[in-house]
Amino acid sequence: MPSTFETVANIIAETCDIPRDTITPESHAIDDLGIDSLDFLDIAFAIDKAFGIKLPLEQWTQEVNDGKATTEQYFVLNNLCARIDDLVAAKGK
Amino acid sequence: MRIEYFQLIDRIIDLNLNDLTIRAEANVPTESTIFEGHFPGRPLMPGVLLIESMAQASGWLLIARTRFEKMPFLAALKEVKLRTFVTPGQDLVITAKIMHEGSGFALTEAEVRVDGKTVCNADITFRVVDFPKGEFRASMHEVARRIAFPMETVSHG
Repeated sequence: MPSTFETVANIIAETCDIPRDTITPESHAIDDLGIDSLDFLDIAFAIDKAFGIKLPLEQWTQEVNDGKATTEQYFVLNNLCARIDDLVAAKGK
Repeated sequence: MRIEYFQLIDRIIDLNLNDLTIRAEANVPTESTIFEGHFPGRPLMPGVLLIESMAQASGWLLIARTRFEKMPFLAALKEVKLRTFVTPGQDLVITAKIMHEGSGFALTEAEVRVDGKTVCNADITFRVVDFPKGEFRASMHEVARRIAFPMETVSHG
């Protein structure tokens, strides 16, 4: 079974036509990979479908806009994957 | 419908904020300068304007949802299918449903029917920004009046 990161990296590569080998756990989706908000929406929907969860994009956006969170907390891929794992775990409870 | 002025909805028939749906009507005019070029001797409602009609119906639904505090702008189209020709004089029923909102974007599924048959459909993404001010805002309210936007749906609650 692929890791969360493998699944997310493959989704990003496919959705945004980014070479898979350039995507690392330390990559920042926006700053490093150049993904814009419109493409990230598609990525989020693909993640939702792959993991059976719903990423709280509205809440994340609000937190970043309000200065309560940094983009790194949600858009650096190993952080994003940790959020996904948390949501998957919460779903199983 | 005055397609030269991008007035692609004649009236809103139903707007349901519980189901997040809208239904609107429009009549394709029998005469328009657009038909002089699209196409000479074979007038057809341009597919891009059918898409625009779905975007406008979706847009009014999203404006209702945000009580005139947010304005949607077309950002992406997926699964667009223009299934058959639409010609002058035909009556369109345009419907849309909100499938996602929040995060600065909204998604709708929309379709246009003629005589009960789907003639086109699309999944539409909108970028949602603050509602415009000044002349733009006034013009939007004027359009709302013209298309019988049900103000009672947004005036309470």
